[in-house]
Amino acid sequence: MATKADIAAIQTDNAAGSTFPMLVLLAGWLIPGAGHLILGKWVRALLLAAAILIMFAVGVALGGKLYSPNTGEPLDILGFLGDLGAGLPYLIGRFAGWGQAAVLVATADYGTKFIVVGGMLNIVSAIDAHSIAIGRKRA
Amino acid sequence: MTITHFSAVILFAACIAVVFGITQRSEPKMMIRFGAYCFVLLVGVTIAASWAMWLVKR
Repeated sequence: MATKADIAAIQTDNAAGSTFPMLVLLAGWLIPGAGHLILGKWVRALLLAAAILIMFAVGVALGGKLYSPNTGEPLDILGFLGDLGAGLPYLIGRFAGWGQAAVLVATADYGTKFIVVGGMLNIVSAIDAHSIAIGRKRA
Repeated sequence: MTITHFSAVILFAACIAVVFGITQRSEPKMMIRFGAYCFVLLVGVTIAASWAMWLVKR
């Protein structure tokens, strides 16, 4: 984990075109909370990871749908983009075959929304980590 | 897994409030305040909308 001095040095290097902020963004997207963890913000990382993973897990447990990329329906494509925001949990879910059953009850529809919103929150979280890494947001 | 509608609202609002609180504010104290504000707003609006729908139905 990086210290504050390390982060300050890294942020100075960013002006010269470092790839570190992009690494933070990518890690934050793939693994919820990882972007903040790399920056040494472990409390924030744990809280973000817990919130996003709980939303994803509850969504799947409720029988929510995991969208596919190639259905051709515009709303499904938007749902897919939201789901994809969750990063690895979505990819694992797709390979494991989760969320493929038909949504027949209201709570399963809630589950679908939990998964999509969890993915979008993960994107917000990853962008926040990127903003801290480039110095746009105060750490 | 089954969950009541109200539990779903509470869980949904809590998770969103945590992420919004952390990402939209810089100071820890302000993060908590903004997170609490988001939580109250999300749950409050849902309850208000639920009562509004109940009134419309009657």
